[in-house]
Amino acid sequence: MKLTGAEIIIKTLIEQGVTDVFGYPGGQVINIYDALYKNSDQINHILTAHEQGAAHAADGYSRATGKVGVCIATSGPGATNLVTGIATAMLDSIPMVAITGNVPCSLIGKDSFQEIDITGITLPITKHNYFVNRIEDLADSIREAFSIAKSGRPGPVLVDVPKDVQMALYDYEPQDVAPKIPLPLGDEDKIAEAIKLVNEAKRPYIYIGGGAAGLGLGDEIIELANKIDACIGCTFMGLSAIPDGCERFLGMQGMHGHYASSMAQNEADLIIGVGVRFSDRATGNVSKYAKNCKIIQLDPDFSEINKNVKIDCGIVGDVEHSFMAIASGCEAKKNPEWMERVEALKLDEERFENEIAEKSTAPLTPKKVFDVINECKPANTVIVTDVGQHQMWTAQYVKFDSVRRFVSSGGLGTMGFGLGAAIGARVATGDTTVLITGDGSFGMNLNELATAVSHNIPVVIVLMNNGVLGMVRQWQTLFFGARYSNTVLGARQTDFVKLAEAFGALGFRVSTQEDFNKAFEEALASGKTVVIDTLIDKDEFVLPMLPPGGSIDDIITNVKK
Amino acid sequence: MKDNKFVIAVYVDNKFGVLTRVTSMFTRRGFNIDALTVGETERPEYSRITICLSGDGYAREQLINQLRKLYNVKKVDVLEQDCIKRELMLLKVKYTKDSRADILAATDVYRAKVIDYTTDEMCIEVTGDPTKIDAFIKLMIPFGIIEMCRTGIVALERGNTTLFD
Repeated sequence: MKLTGAEIIIKTLIEQGVTDVFGYPGGQVINIYDALYKNSDQINHILTAHEQGAAHAADGYSRATGKVGVCIATSGPGATNLVTGIATAMLDSIPMVAITGNVPCSLIGKDSFQEIDITGITLPITKHNYFVNRIEDLADSIREAFSIAKSGRPGPVLVDVPKDVQMALYDYEPQDVAPKIPLPLGDEDKIAEAIKLVNEAKRPYIYIGGGAAGLGLGDEIIELANKIDACIGCTFMGLSAIPDGCERFLGMQGMHGHYASSMAQNEADLIIGVGVRFSDRATGNVSKYAKNCKIIQLDPDFSEINKNVKIDCGIVGDVEHSFMAIASGCEAKKNPEWMERVEALKLDEERFENEIAEKSTAPLTPKKVFDVINECKPANTVIVTDVGQHQMWTAQYVKFDSVRRFVSSGGLGTMGFGLGAAIGARVATGDTTVLITGDGSFGMNLNELATAVSHNIPVVIVLMNNGVLGMVRQWQTLFFGARYSNTVLGARQTDFVKLAEAFGALGFRVSTQEDFNKAFEEALASGKTVVIDTLIDKDEFVLPMLPPGGSIDDIITNVKK
Repeated sequence: MKDNKFVIAVYVDNKFGVLTRVTSMFTRRGFNIDALTVGETERPEYSRITICLSGDGYAREQLINQLRKLYNVKKVDVLEQDCIKRELMLLKVKYTKDSRADILAATDVYRAKVIDYTTDEMCIEVTGDPTKIDAFIKLMIPFGIIEMCRTGIVALERGNTTLFD
């Protein structure tokens, strides 16, 4: 069967199991959009307001399901607008395929209208990319792109297709879904070594990261913790891997992690890292990190072993297999002293939290907002965030009931990620989707409200509005003598309720817990996209905090206002 | 510093843009290349890149790992210190009636060749281990080097083994 390149692209996407794509048309992808039009019964296209929104939507789609998210953009500015979204996916190892059009091959290299070297630009922010200048290579390049995106350590892949290749005719035969290449099994000797370390440990700490978040190993992890009398902590990206309610789970550790989780990790004699990469936000000063401690690291990516911290036993390959082998091979034991210590740390944490809560007399604090969200959110709600203080409060306070329910830009820390990602997550799951955002982040890509409204994609948006860039302000308060350079947004005078209404969404404004509760329930029940302008104080802090480059000894648990 | 030098051989797909993928990774991860050469191999589908760098054990491990992660990289190896290394240099040097004999004598001792000769300069081709090339340059400086260029090294391990063994 002879098809045009554009039709081959769409047919190959359908063949690869793609049902939804996010994108924006333009001169060099008109042919692709024509093919989309003809195949609209098999593939659903969601027109975003901006290509960046399309990239974040494809990313959110993937995070919430594990499927490969797909976005499409035209050449030049369309392609460069994807860049932040692709980099966001890269830093968090999210499988994604981005398809861009380019000028015809005869115009390449001539600075033609809307010509850009997008494969060159995205070289360091993709797992791999393709410039397809021969129609013969088109279908297979897309198939390979899917295989690469989802295999091993996942990541984004870009396929750039010049317009003449989209117009050329070539044979197309459908093929099976490209395989996810299985990871090698962990080395048996290493696994034996790890089991020995686990058996010797008196203060074990199981440490869950993004590489384990989607595996659904929550029960098995808790089982191992019970067996060897360990506590469990996680990285930011590991949130939602452990279902809430386990006594051994101390939550996120690191720069804004839970006090008990960070302290316990520092005092542990063995860290069992499962899909973690020891990022600087998690470790602080590496020369002081986990000094008296052995570290086991299970990871699909060999380059992560010894990259950021020295690893005692690194097991490369299938994380689930290695984990299960260690869990079944190690001996059951009790560590009463360690458990006592962990309990004491939990009490300390509770004390710090109560101190902060008692001091706070505001009618609406972040804690009060999240109490309501935890109370009211239906089962399987996807929680999406932007970047900043609200993101860290979400990480600290939200109780997750199942895996892949936390969608947030961890590695790149992309403000403006949230709304696009929430749209993607909602399209992918059909489950209630709540975006927690701030007035700074929301301001970056709020144009995607148009997408949510026009495609009937209901997203409940909790806009924690403090009139400042809160996270930067917090650093300015703590480390820059309270010189609030360019972080006060109060002069903007944006009326977010009117803004929501202008986009065809609903808008509420609340400043007490009671009103927030009412608005949140109403928003959930409305089945519409709703912006809840949630007014909080500009000097709320995210605590505790390990200062950047500091160690656990420098932990800040309270701040005088 | 000298002990920190090492040579890496990399087989990559012989395709458009692959060299950029390799070199851009070096920039992005903060590695500094001393020399890099690339050319065809006994297998037409692959090119061989030879890279000289300096760095400690950590840098070496990171570099190998990051190279191995690139999709078009098929094989990476740090070569043994005693591997066979060769480099080619072309060097233009000024001469006078007085210096001519000395330059030609040095050329002879270094088994180099004069490949161009005009009234006041000659161009010399030298092949050998990079240390030999360094020594030859040092010898030529007093005569007045006009221009020179070096290829960077190519290297193979000794014996009948290959990178694919």
